[in-house]
Amino acid sequence: MARAADPLTVDRSYRTLRVRGQVQAVGYRPFVWQCARALGLAGDVANDGEGVLVRVAGPSEALDRFEARLRHEAPPLARVFSVEVVDTAPFACGEDFAIARSGGGAVTTGIVPDAATCPACRAELRDPDDRRHGYAFGNCTHCGPRLSIMSALPYDRARTSMADFALCEPCAREYADPADRRFHAQPIACPACGPQLELSGEGEGAPDPLAASVDLLRMGRIVAIKGLGGYHLACLASDAGVVANLRSRKARDAKPFAVMVPSLTAARELCEVSDEAAQALESPAAPIVLLPLRQDGAALPERVAPGQDHLGLLLPYTPLHHLLMDALQAPLVMTSGNRSDEPQVTDDGEARTKLAGIADAWLGHDRAIVNRIDDSVMAFDARGPVVLRRARGLAPDPILLPESLAAPVPILAMGGELKATFCLLRGREAVLSPHIGDLEDAVARADYRRMLDLFCDLYAFTPGAIAVDGHPDYASTRIGSALAHERGLPLVTVDHHHAHLAACLAENGIAAGGTVTALVCDGLGLGGDGTLWGGEVLRGGYGRAARTGALPAVALPGGAAAMKQPWRNLLAHLRHAFGDAWADAVPLLAERVPAGPSRQVLQRAIAQGLNSPVCSSGGRLFDAVAAALDLCGPSISHEGEAAMALEAAARPFVTGETGYPFGLARDAAGLARLDFAHLWQALARDLGAGVPVGPIAARFHLGLADALVALASAGEASLSHGRVALSGGVFNNRILREAVAQRIEDMGAVPLVHHRVPAGDGGLSLGQVVVAAARLDGDWQEDTGTC
Amino acid sequence: MSHGGGGRATRELIASVFAPHFANPLLEQGHDAARLERPDGRIVVSTDGHVISPLFFPGGDIGSLAVHGTLNDVAMGGAQPIALTSAFVIEEGFPLADLERIAASMGEAARRAGVPIATGDTKVVERGKGDGVFITTTGIGVVPDGVEIGPDRLAAGQAILLSGTLGDHGVAIMSQRQGLEFETTITSDSAALHHMVADMVAAVPGIALLRDPTRGGLSSTLNELVEGTQLGVLIEEAAIPVKGEVASACELLGLDPLHIANEGKLVCICEEADAETLLAIMRSHGEGTDAARIGTVTAEEPGFVRMTTAIGGTRIVDWLSGEQLPRIC
Ligand SMILES: [Fe+3]
Ligand SMILES: [Mg+2]
Ligand SMILES: [Zn+2]
Ligand SMILES: [Zn+2]
Repeated sequence: MARAADPLTVDRSYRTLRVRGQVQAVGYRPFVWQCARALGLAGDVANDGEGVLVRVAGPSEALDRFEARLRHEAPPLARVFSVEVVDTAPFACGEDFAIARSGGGAVTTGIVPDAATCPACRAELRDPDDRRHGYAFGNCTHCGPRLSIMSALPYDRARTSMADFALCEPCAREYADPADRRFHAQPIACPACGPQLELSGEGEGAPDPLAASVDLLRMGRIVAIKGLGGYHLACLASDAGVVANLRSRKARDAKPFAVMVPSLTAARELCEVSDEAAQALESPAAPIVLLPLRQDGAALPERVAPGQDHLGLLLPYTPLHHLLMDALQAPLVMTSGNRSDEPQVTDDGEARTKLAGIADAWLGHDRAIVNRIDDSVMAFDARGPVVLRRARGLAPDPILLPESLAAPVPILAMGGELKATFCLLRGREAVLSPHIGDLEDAVARADYRRMLDLFCDLYAFTPGAIAVDGHPDYASTRIGSALAHERGLPLVTVDHHHAHLAACLAENGIAAGGTVTALVCDGLGLGGDGTLWGGEVLRGGYGRAARTGALPAVALPGGAAAMKQPWRNLLAHLRHAFGDAWADAVPLLAERVPAGPSRQVLQRAIAQGLNSPVCSSGGRLFDAVAAALDLCGPSISHEGEAAMALEAAARPFVTGETGYPFGLARDAAGLARLDFAHLWQALARDLGAGVPVGPIAARFHLGLADALVALASAGEASLSHGRVALSGGVFNNRILREAVAQRIEDMGAVPLVHHRVPAGDGGLSLGQVVVAAARLDGDWQEDTGTC
Repeated sequence: MSHGGGGRATRELIASVFAPHFANPLLEQGHDAARLERPDGRIVVSTDGHVISPLFFPGGDIGSLAVHGTLNDVAMGGAQPIALTSAFVIEEGFPLADLERIAASMGEAARRAGVPIATGDTKVVERGKGDGVFITTTGIGVVPDGVEIGPDRLAAGQAILLSGTLGDHGVAIMSQRQGLEFETTITSDSAALHHMVADMVAAVPGIALLRDPTRGGLSSTLNELVEGTQLGVLIEEAAIPVKGEVASACELLGLDPLHIANEGKLVCICEEADAETLLAIMRSHGEGTDAARIGTVTAEEPGFVRMTTAIGGTRIVDWLSGEQLPRIC
């Protein structure tokens, strides 16, 4: 101890400090212990239901310095929301500073996300003298698995999939030593006591599974690799043959593959990497980051990301990845281990059966994955980060809401149907689940239910109200309604696009009480009037919003089939714009709609409303234009495919082009509606004149941006001041996002875009939870001026 | 046509239109109530109101449908029907020729089924108060002793059999109603299933359950069975028979054959050991040529109907709320 404090000294003050935030299971208590020891202070530190409670005694000047350290420093994975002095009264204490053992399971501050291998663990991995040299499962309090291995509370080894691995003597010593980086690191492991790699399939039984896997990959094989939150399918990204092979075996025609690169330097050889992007790649979250391909860069085969001008890159984030990358020193396709659109496989047995016929070999291990967690996906533009999929490393970090949004009771929001997430709101903390996926899928739905139970358990969360989407057939709506009914809780139904608006306001920290204009563009959601919406202008706030403008309501011939076949939307849009004689009005475009009996049948289906509901969808407009430009085949394999192709085609031509014209009028109900007949005519003229696809795609994007801003301005409120929220999955399109945001700024208003939660349906549950909070809070104000 | 009021006009209508087609000894007793001999076994009774547009469709009409629908409801209890009753509500001005056609088809359906229409009733309502013709039929049948068919008999591990292709009726009706010009003509599967059921029950008295997947299709039938129970269902997409034309019509219109109505199909749930026997019996009948084993009752995922898809995934087969709105797009 640096300085022994004399209990008889007059200068002994006492302070009790409350630390709130993500401060458990991240090495926070040893950090406090080390600070206290360094300053020669006495007292203790303990975890409890509200976070961490610190009691310190010593000279007041030292206490000030101690407090300052707690305010300004923290271990890498901690998120400190507040440090508060709650008491200055003396307490009984000796001369030492102690870490108190957590008492009886009352630890309820939730859980931190899984974290990429920290620099210290990476150094050990590569140090021939370290006992974890070359060991694929090293971790410490600053890194390693968390949510992916947890099955219950309290968070200790016995309730994780490390329960079966008894600590060896050296590991037990590290675990018990507050001065060690591994003090109370629950997943602590070493080659003597921890999980081991195993190889099956080709090369089965190889003495060194890692070396054998590296050889297989070098030979052009596809290897299923068990990662943190699920299996990946890996192959050499530079080998066009194996990439094509992986595509055909996975039945995944066009969706871009993510690529793991050995280092930032390697990333820079392929893509333009901004400073922010580099920081994200190297962060503990280690997401996939979509980066612009370098024009002069080392090219990868086209089939890695067909038609794309961006590539999703990620850095190794587990010791296993580092070992693979150190040996290979080459980019590796790392796509989720599944068939087509299913959730990625987590179970070893299932990996063998479900990935049979895709993988040639399986590099697995004996640490079970308890919770499936996909890789997060992010992008960066001039306005900052954009989260496309919020999962590993990002979830479940809580989102701290403005004080005015604090929940009157704990609220559970159930989210949407695709890209499902749920959200718990307690006080100001909104805890958003990781991306779970499409709830029509049995595995995803089972995960959704299991994760819901787990989160309620981990956060000791008992909902006092439940919020659901307005669509009665969403699995999330049904599960939520049943839960509310079962427990006699208030059920708050939130219109789909209102939830998008609210999510955007909430994550931007906008206080309750004001009114904004919002442009919400997505594929489809049930609107307040019982029809399908998807390209709307809303005016309102958290509690309520009204529609003031919309895209034209165009048929979806065949309902959900319109999502799979973009030409259906072209047919519907042309018919909507030009009536029954559409094929004669724009013959060049009509050529892109398959002729023959199916065209007649669909026209009749639209005319008679047979499974052809109308929807003011923004997403389907993109599909229609992509089909008109022949940018996608007759069928697409994922929702954003046509829009992504359109965006990539447009990008080089955006500067210097002018948007297509559009029409705007009030419909019979007095709602401002866009009309795209002029746009289609201009587009057809360009096609006829031999204008290439790129400039046409650019003119479309810019014309739509003009149209949306005009639509937003058509409401009663002027956009010359105030805020305009942009939400919905269509705003994942960066050309449109930037063009609309720029136009809003030009009018003197402030655009609000998503940064931390997805603009798409992955962010819905956050919006639902704050709308419910506003409605349940007796004194919420609506329409009290522009915020 | 003005045959209301229960007077002479109605008597003439019955005598001229219905009597010749329905002729059978029970009807000819000439009483308001038909008298049946007491049968052996337990009696089942089922009633159904038939409302359909269009009244005539490829493969049938409201008349034959009113007979088949009720006979099948009786048969799904494992019973053999012994008599039918029918009640007509006719809109004033409905063409006599059409009524005659319906009566003929109904009589023919009953004759082929071997079940007499024992008694009937006719009412005429004012123009605009009805949609052409509504027909309500009631069926009376007998269940052999030892046959205990019912949802309480379901257990994990039982096999799920389907007697033939899905969606034929619904798609035939839809194409007719909407005037869709499909390349091939799809006809309704409307048919009486009790002869096939008689053979099935005789061979395997221990059949757990029989259901006809009519409105709402197979998905509603299966969901009804497991909802709120400790059992689930796992079916296999590739095993479910669907005619090529029906499949392509469904694909074009974005419809799911699992949600479409059938009028001549049954779902049979039985012990695994009896599955092959029952399939062979079904296949020996004209109504069951395409019978197939489509799935299994499971203890996993209770309350849910799951389906392994052609690409190897497993999706939840939900039932839909009244108005079918796409969830995804
Ligand atoms: Fe949406
Ligand atoms: Mg009935
Ligand atoms: Zn570490
Ligand atoms: Zn060890």
